Amino acid sequence: MLETYIRNRQKKKNLLLMTHIVMGYPSFDACHDIIDQMVAAGVDLMELQIPFSEPMADGPVILRANQTALERGATVVKCMAFAKEMAARYPIPFLFMTYANIPYKFGMAAFAKATADIHLTGAIVPDMPMEEGTEYIQAMQENLLSPIQMFSPSTSDVRMAQIASIASGFIYCLARKGVTGADTDFSDDLTQYLDRCRKAASVPLAVGFGIHDKADMDFLRGKADIAVIGSQTIRVAEDHGVNSVREFIQGLLPAA
Amino acid sequence: MKHRGYYGGFGGAFLPEILIPTFDELVSAFESAKTDPGFRKQYESLMAEYSGRPTPLTFAANLTRHFGGAKIYIKREDLNHTGAHKANNVMGQGLLVKKMGKQRVIAETGAGQHGVACATMAARFGFDCTIYMGEKDVMRQRPNVFWMEQLGATVVPVTDGTKILKDAINQAFRDWVTNMDTTHYVLGTACGPHPFPEMVTWFQSIIGIEARQQIMEREGRLPDRVYACVGGGSNAMGLFSGFMDDPVELVGVEAGGKGIDSGFHAARLSSADASYGIAQGYKTFFLQNDDGQMKETHSISAGLDYVGVSPILAHMHENKTARFESATDAEVVNALKLTMKTEGIIPALESAHAFAGAFREAPALLRDQILIINQSGRGDKDIFTIADALNDADWKTFIQTKAAQYHA
Repeated sequence: MLETYIRNRQKKKNLLLMTHIVMGYPSFDACHDIIDQMVAAGVDLMELQIPFSEPMADGPVILRANQTALERGATVVKCMAFAKEMAARYPIPFLFMTYANIPYKFGMAAFAKATADIHLTGAIVPDMPMEEGTEYIQAMQENLLSPIQMFSPSTSDVRMAQIASIASGFIYCLARKGVTGADTDFSDDLTQYLDRCRKAASVPLAVGFGIHDKADMDFLRGKADIAVIGSQTIRVAEDHGVNSVREFIQGLLPAA
Repeated sequence: MKHRGYYGGFGGAFLPEILIPTFDELVSAFESAKTDPGFRKQYESLMAEYSGRPTPLTFAANLTRHFGGAKIYIKREDLNHTGAHKANNVMGQGLLVKKMGKQRVIAETGAGQHGVACATMAARFGFDCTIYMGEKDVMRQRPNVFWMEQLGATVVPVTDGTKILKDAINQAFRDWVTNMDTTHYVLGTACGPHPFPEMVTWFQSIIGIEARQQIMEREGRLPDRVYACVGGGSNAMGLFSGFMDDPVELVGVEAGGKGIDSGFHAARLSSADASYGIAQGYKTFFLQNDDGQMKETHSISAGLDYVGVSPILAHMHENKTARFESATDAEVVNALKLTMKTEGIIPALESAHAFAGAFREAPALLRDQILIINQSGRGDKDIFTIADALNDADWKTFIQTKAAQYHA
């Protein structure tokens, strides 16, 4: 389902854009405004992060957003309600992003069912490698959801093939080592790595970590299917206000 | 990633994809070290020559008389180089780092003992070293920060989250996912993703193996009970390892903080407040809320102030092969005072939890029964915290005078 949407959307533009927000940061109302602007600016799909107290894979920007959201009272129930409202209101696919403990405490089966009931299309859980994810992946598949799998530059060809065999929707390719938010070197190495990803997987490829601007987007065009922008939109909203998000997103896209 | 390190339902390796090859490499280095008798021998002679092992098993005649119950023995990890059991794990991992050909080590630290041990190892082996330490712990344990820096390590105060041990672990992982090609993360306790719980236990088992041998030589029989404090669980796993197949009761003592009912504690196994969870790369009992957000923990001792616990101990708790108790801050201070006055031994605040747990039970035991307390570290590092806990007026005057000199 998610893959079909992506392929259809690609008939109009070759590189789609996925953005990321942390639900409850700076507030649920502000999140709503940001999503409204992102959708209006042409974002194709979105990650809605359920904040977690120990976001191991996230860099300082998203880490602090997680912490602040929790301090301001974000709960799993509130995030689910918010996600439900967004999915009903906007015509793009939304995915949850969170850490393993959130679905684990919720109950894997219950989490997958709730995610399907509120019409999200999948989830990204960075600390749930395929070896540990059997129950989670099965629960998601039973609900026709995409448990998004990941590649990293250090993933071997053999392992890429294993991961690809259980992938659905798209595969999230980490552009580099490290955590979210730091700079990425858009180089030949990245091109070669994306070639390896492409050979291993038939589903679309999303590339994230360190994408800041239009030049980065242009680099990825033709090499990947989806560009992911996470920390940078949070930075823009923090530095220039929520209302600057639309302009920032529009600046990333080719002139219409 | 084949064997994922499960102990019952606990453990595993909940790793971001980027770290999978790094862990594959670590697992294979550890597996080959484990099956190579030469490696263990190299490790043991390093610990003998550099760290002063074996550490003594001291008969505490005065404490034994004081309680009038079981014979009390103390395993003296305080006499290990750097003043705690931490060196056992660190030197072992240092040998592995050399084997893997990496040049840089990073570590988290709570009380600072693991950080000091790691900085010491890095100095000895010629590695670059960065230590992550929660800002709150930097405040509590400034002397250890001073020593880490003198030993050549960079100490990074962690200002995120609750600013204690778990946050330092998160930050060390963030460093590792960026620098894993050159860097090994020397995790300090028997927690985290596989192979750390098993590997740290393997190195720390030197405590229990020695203790068993020493008590057999001395008494010609096994102890009835052994006590260890439990933060992450490495000193407990070390001591317990020597007695796993014996009819010996294994007792872990957690931080009861201001009392279990107060909610201000770090008792994951001995209270009903913790539940199954996945964080920091492994599955165990965590002190967390219903959503799965980790709670703030409390203890007078920075080293026990941790939300999770070794998956091996979690499993032993569930299948009842070990018993877990807690001791409050107040009980710990009393146990510390008594041990200093009666035996002339200064346990670390962490270790004093094991003493408090043993003191509670010793009087009810028979005179021919034997118990061993693991003194995981020495207490003089805690001089600021202990002086505060004892409310020592002369110490306060000294600090005020000293501060005035710096102002002048």
